[in-house]
Amino acid sequence: MKLLKNFLPFLIGIPILWGIQLISPPHIAIILVNVGVNIILAVSLNVVNGFTGQFSIGHAGFMAAGAYTTAKITLALQDTLLPGLSPWLSTQTIFLMALVAGMLLSGTMGLLVGMPSLRLRGDYLAIVTLGFNEIIRVFIENIRWLGGATGLSGVPPYTTLVWVGLGAIATISMARRLVSSTHGRALLAIREDEIAAEAMGVNTTKYKIRAFVISSAFAGLGGGLLGHYILLVTPKTFTFIKSMEVVGMVVLGGMGSISGSIISATLLTVLLEGLRGLDQYRMVMYALLLVILMLTRPTGLFGTHEIWDVLSRYFPKRKAVQKA
Amino acid sequence: MKALLEVQDLDVYYGGIQALRGISLKVPENQIVALIGCNGAGKTTTLRAISGMLKASRGSIRFAGEQIKGLRSHQIVARGMAHAPEGRGIFLNLTVGENLELGAYLRKDRESVAKDLETGYRLFPILFERKSQIAGTLSGGEQQMLSVARALMSRPKLLLLDEPSLGLAPQVVEKIFSVLKDIHKTGITLLLVEQNAHKALRIAHHAYVLETGSVVMQGTGAELLASPEVRKAYLGD
Repeated sequence: MKLLKNFLPFLIGIPILWGIQLISPPHIAIILVNVGVNIILAVSLNVVNGFTGQFSIGHAGFMAAGAYTTAKITLALQDTLLPGLSPWLSTQTIFLMALVAGMLLSGTMGLLVGMPSLRLRGDYLAIVTLGFNEIIRVFIENIRWLGGATGLSGVPPYTTLVWVGLGAIATISMARRLVSSTHGRALLAIREDEIAAEAMGVNTTKYKIRAFVISSAFAGLGGGLLGHYILLVTPKTFTFIKSMEVVGMVVLGGMGSISGSIISATLLTVLLEGLRGLDQYRMVMYALLLVILMLTRPTGLFGTHEIWDVLSRYFPKRKAVQKA
Repeated sequence: MKALLEVQDLDVYYGGIQALRGISLKVPENQIVALIGCNGAGKTTTLRAISGMLKASRGSIRFAGEQIKGLRSHQIVARGMAHAPEGRGIFLNLTVGENLELGAYLRKDRESVAKDLETGYRLFPILFERKSQIAGTLSGGEQQMLSVARALMSRPKLLLLDEPSLGLAPQVVEKIFSVLKDIHKTGITLLLVEQNAHKALRIAHHAYVLETGSVVMQGTGAELLASPEVRKAYLGD
């Protein structure tokens, strides 16, 4: 029963996503895929920046780790047929395994970056992650096996709206479950007051590293999905600018609000597309809107609140049923 | 008398500045011990070094017979020492109830945690009234009560209290100190840091006077209250 409840969002999600994929014209589908990837990135970054109160500005570095790993695997296994499976099922399985491998590698990167920097309090993590982001980009640019500055091209077009949607659902349910667990309590305590959290018996270093590893792994998922949609994985996709874009989404949505991240990722992605007509003034408008929003709502759109908590306040009956 | 906590020759540095110079003290089981002294004497530093929030560069800290110097805070909490830090250190954006639950973070036995929660609410009925209120909206005195109640939730053998009377109205200070006596009666040993020397010495079995990082005087609470030096320096005579 519990297992069914965990998979329920996916079971409902697949037919709906499938339907959207069928009816949406290509230019809408592109935007929707971008929205999905950005939701994955923003929600996963929120686990570190919002819930744990640390400040990572190198999310794109972990995206790169995931994207390159996934692309390398799918490129190598492009013509392989897994025994006993139909061609379609075979490629889907390979893609799933490649994505998981990408998450594992980016998670490992997260561990390596997090272990030294998360022992310290304060802004060290920001500096280290910024450095890591640049290091990994320059590293890739100089490795011929990874395509150098031109990157990997001819990446197979495996990513669909369904894949991205499922990735987003997985990320959101990961974040929701994490926050409501005892783990999540520890993370909130660290955000509120690290010294007091330590005094409560919370092993702050351990929890910060865990949150960071989980967040990095999901950044890798986002990178892998993006690469197999734009069919190109280049170092230019994963610059510091991309990291800041994700930070912007998290801050705008509200640090520590999952629904805030979802909504701001959607809004900002759609907005950037909608402003395309303004040509060179596009980024100016974008920046201006961000400034205005931050001036009028410094805690972000949602602060630390969740849309589902607000809804349950208006429908108290439903909440009572859920609790029973 | 068996010492629950025994500190010997403790040195602590903040960068190049030495904050503690060979502090030694003993906290016997089931007693109230107070550390008094001026600002900057090293009272808070001593507490923080004991509970593992600061690293001591020299000396030994034995708790219940075990060397705990070098352990991290969360490991020390697990051994039965709770620290209610200076400035209360409560989680301002969480509710009173959530704060108390976090105090029992390391405990797995839910039933006895629930029982201790009741005990906490009995000690501080105001916290029960405000249990679903955000802790940041409490008054200073209520926050201090929450800090003490939260520290008790880990069911400690030894409770370290850093200036529980700081910034509180005299009436509230009375209330806090009377609860501290109640807590002591339940068998918990207290190590208390106070600026309010008068109050601290009245409830302490034993007290240490700190000055610029060393112990300059010690004795029973009553002895120090009667001592002319202490009266002149700390009690305003």
